Amino acid sequence: MSRTQAAYSGVAVCAPITVPYQRFSAESAHWWAGRALRQLRQTIGLRAADIDGFCFSSFSSGLDTAVGVTQHLGLTPRWLDHIPTGGASGVMALRRAARAVQCGDADLVVCLAADTNHIDSFRQSLSGFSRFSRDAVYPYGFGGPNATFALITDSYMREYGVTREDFGKLCVAQRANAGSNPLALQRKPLTLDAYMAARPIADPVHLFDCVMPCAGVEAFVVTTPEQAERLGLKMAKILATIERHNAFPEDPVQLRGGWAMDSDVLWQTAGIAPSDVDTLQIYDDYPVIVAMQIEDLGFCPKGQVAQFIRATDFTIGGDLPLNTNGGQLSAGQAGAAGGFQNVTEGLRQILHQPLGDQVPNASIAAVSGFGLVNYDRGVCTGAALLEALS
Amino acid sequence: MTGVREKRDPLARKKLRHVPPELRSRAMHALSARAAQGRFVLQACTECGTATYPPRDACPLCWGELNWQDQPNGGKILSETSIRVSTDLYFRDHMPWRMGKVLLDAGPVALVHLHAALRSNDRAVVRMMTDRGGNAALFAIPAGENDLMSDPQWREFVVPIEGRIALVSDARNAIGRAMVKELQARGAELVVAGLPGPSLASDTTDAVLTLDRVQTIPLDVTDATSVAQAASRIGGPLDIILNTARHVRTGGVSANPHFAEQRRAFEVSAMGFSRLASTFAPMLAGRPNGAFADILSSAALSGDAGQAGFAAAEAARHSLLQAFRHEMRGAGVRVMALFTGPLEDTDHQHIPPPKVAPSRVASAAADALLNGREQTCVGDVAIDAMERWLTDPALFAREKNL
Repeated sequence: MSRTQAAYSGVAVCAPITVPYQRFSAESAHWWAGRALRQLRQTIGLRAADIDGFCFSSFSSGLDTAVGVTQHLGLTPRWLDHIPTGGASGVMALRRAARAVQCGDADLVVCLAADTNHIDSFRQSLSGFSRFSRDAVYPYGFGGPNATFALITDSYMREYGVTREDFGKLCVAQRANAGSNPLALQRKPLTLDAYMAARPIADPVHLFDCVMPCAGVEAFVVTTPEQAERLGLKMAKILATIERHNAFPEDPVQLRGGWAMDSDVLWQTAGIAPSDVDTLQIYDDYPVIVAMQIEDLGFCPKGQVAQFIRATDFTIGGDLPLNTNGGQLSAGQAGAAGGFQNVTEGLRQILHQPLGDQVPNASIAAVSGFGLVNYDRGVCTGAALLEALS
Repeated sequence: MTGVREKRDPLARKKLRHVPPELRSRAMHALSARAAQGRFVLQACTECGTATYPPRDACPLCWGELNWQDQPNGGKILSETSIRVSTDLYFRDHMPWRMGKVLLDAGPVALVHLHAALRSNDRAVVRMMTDRGGNAALFAIPAGENDLMSDPQWREFVVPIEGRIALVSDARNAIGRAMVKELQARGAELVVAGLPGPSLASDTTDAVLTLDRVQTIPLDVTDATSVAQAASRIGGPLDIILNTARHVRTGGVSANPHFAEQRRAFEVSAMGFSRLASTFAPMLAGRPNGAFADILSSAALSGDAGQAGFAAAEAARHSLLQAFRHEMRGAGVRVMALFTGPLEDTDHQHIPPPKVAPSRVASAAADALLNGREQTCVGDVAIDAMERWLTDPALFAREKNL
């Protein structure tokens, strides 16, 4: 039914930026955004005049959208976008910026997600998160996303025979990956016993199933290969991308995400198979969502993720290196920047510019995002396949 | 009141009572207004018929207009959790909090407060309650007979009577006397029966007023000093107030007006309400399940040419009650209204049936407390009046004053 997705020709993705996260920060999202631009100036010599496209994502920028941030930081772009999709914002920024560059609407787009985390800002942002949440979720115990994902996890475990030990293996592997990343907030080794013994937060979600909210910023640059070359940057190309919102609204419980509607198209367009992927960077607000993406992106058949997890080594040296910076579960969840981390880390691994250990010979990364729990499920999904341009 | 209780330290730090998050959308407030009447309603599309939840402003299937319709209240539990960590002050006082997801027989899925006995895949009945902040809240309970009161989470949505201390503002009239008897029979630890003067010789021998766990106290709601003295004599914990005071008289505005009666009606119904409410509000606010239940005439809804002064005083009382409900929401005190028509009592000797037995009003008031229902109508006249008023208030006011 859908037309074939046009190839992303003349598009280069480069310059992954991560400013070290902080558990709490008194600074604003604008400050964090400024830090990322400053790092782009320091590392690749980018000036405001070079940036003619700007794509911004944040939960904590207060009264300001991308518009206010543009003036705040002295940018004069001819192409501007604001992405409100949290955990799906990285992939969405990538595909929008890529088309802008490909079509000549912009020459160089900075995609940037910044969020601060004041003391108590987690509670405050929860209470105003969405209309459905305010009306029909938070008045039921105010467990935040922990409770919402506890309900999904409860159903998912019973439906597909996935155990806490299976989720534990994912979390332990990601923590092991975080061990080599000096920027990860949680690097202390995690054992399966410690995972299993952790205190319950909202049954069956326990402490190590939850991310740690923090302040931080992630950014990357989308431009033409010629411009990237002039700047002396390593670059990657986009093989294919997908995006979907409010998939399967008739499912009473979210046991599958929007990827399940679109992943066939993703692989077909890219002309590769899951087995060609060198590293998998997927949204990990809770391990149940990691498991769901592994299935729905086609890395194993639906319903067989338990066996797949048991048979797979997800560490950096393993057969499917997963969330190699530690993911949000270990590196920290800096709001919307958590939805950019998958893109920047995937990019780093295939450009061979890792924060920590390098996935050997990595050239293809699968990146997947998941965002915005509006009522009882995450609404936005997206994925992208990136390959290093040599 | 006997002085057996040890004197309390007035400066001791008191336990703060919190309420659940209060902000809601306008559509959700519309649901709460119906939940307050004890109805189980959801929005349904006027074009395609699909029921929807959470409340929306357009049908998600065909974008048609939505209206509120009574719906079947059964469902199946899909998943469950016990929330053990929350940043909300109210829920932190009640951890762990059980909630779950239910597939309603009406169609949509809903997140619900979950009774302790319910598990995934169980059939459940979903009750439309109001939470401590006065907002609609779905609570799933097991189908069939249940001892709901043993579930501490359920008790947050209702007003237990057993073991609690209640004040009946006027125990001398028929409703008040029936109310004392009812609350005592339902296991109240103490029922304080307010008696406006003059005292009668029979007060000391009355079968109800001399019951075990009942104590009388002089109380005249038309007299601020009397109300203050009553509060001072009660002194200690007070969980529930039943305001039964009323002054029912016929008479019009220009025709047969009886200004002395009209003034008395306002002193009892309106000013009496305010005196009681303002004096006792702090005592109720300190209690875990504080409630103020007010008995109103359904004439409050529309006015009534035949008893203009009484109806006007009751309308003023209804108006004050809604302001008081607003004030008490932040403290989690439930302010409840019980509408009734003519009673089988000396006030309505001249009125033909249907009339409501005072014991029935008392029993309905106790049930309203035990079910946490904000608004109840007792008897055919009040039920009919409320239905007509909700359907077409302008027509109803005209009909009542033809």
